[in-house]
Amino acid sequence: MPWIDRRLEARRARRERRRVGDEAAAYDPGRERRAEQRARELLKSCVNQEEWAMYRDLGFLRVWGAQSVPDGPSDLRGVDYAYLIYPHKPIVAYLPQTGKLLNEYCVAFPDESRPYGSPQLPDSDDVLAKWMALKGDERRVIDEANLHLPGRQVDPRQIQRDLWRLGRWERERLARAMRAGDTQRQAEPADG
Amino acid sequence: MRPGYGEQLIAEGDPEVAADEQRLIEEFRRQLDLGMWAAVPITRSDGRREAEMVRDFEDIPRDTGRVIFFPHAAGGAT
Repeated sequence: MPWIDRRLEARRARRERRRVGDEAAAYDPGRERRAEQRARELLKSCVNQEEWAMYRDLGFLRVWGAQSVPDGPSDLRGVDYAYLIYPHKPIVAYLPQTGKLLNEYCVAFPDESRPYGSPQLPDSDDVLAKWMALKGDERRVIDEANLHLPGRQVDPRQIQRDLWRLGRWERERLARAMRAGDTQRQAEPADG
Repeated sequence: MRPGYGEQLIAEGDPEVAADEQRLIEEFRRQLDLGMWAAVPITRSDGRREAEMVRDFEDIPRDTGRVIFFPHAAGGAT
């Protein structure tokens, strides 16, 4: 029976690959966890300290947009905008002043050498790839992405919650920095 | 960066050494031919960390310690 033959042949091939040490065929339950651990270290080594703390504490990164200029062609005309980067979710553009969501940019980093069922980048590598692409060539990555209105894949309520969390996180961080500054000034001897 | 595996060392060497430089150039071109994007993490004079996308080996800052290759961006789920 052809179906059974095919299954047996596939099984024999898998065994043979394992025997000769084909890394891809052998299942390693810790591989993805180790890959994510390495990815977090790489991300930490590339982004700013504040950005790393943001990702560690909140699970996403904010990157400021750089395409808005007062006399530019876009509708923004100098208004500040930013992106939220989540692992394996669309990049979300928004206006920090008002919290208004602008667009979702669906972007992926597929392994072209394995187009059928290729695995994903580890979460933190996906975030780093988006961060580098936005920082290095914002226009190019936005051009490559599929553009959608907000709410297509990421729940706008979740984004609003995340923006609220981000605001609170920044206020707490600022307050801590100010307290640390006060303590340092008190510890220093007064002049005169 | 390799899907499913994460960070992997592809090549290393001293670009000041001719043999190393040639090997690094070949590997750089091979990665770009495979459809990868190349980025260099940089630190600005004010301490801010950024990234620069590079398309030619000559564009890589001489003082950089690493070049990161990652699959090129494509439109995601529609």
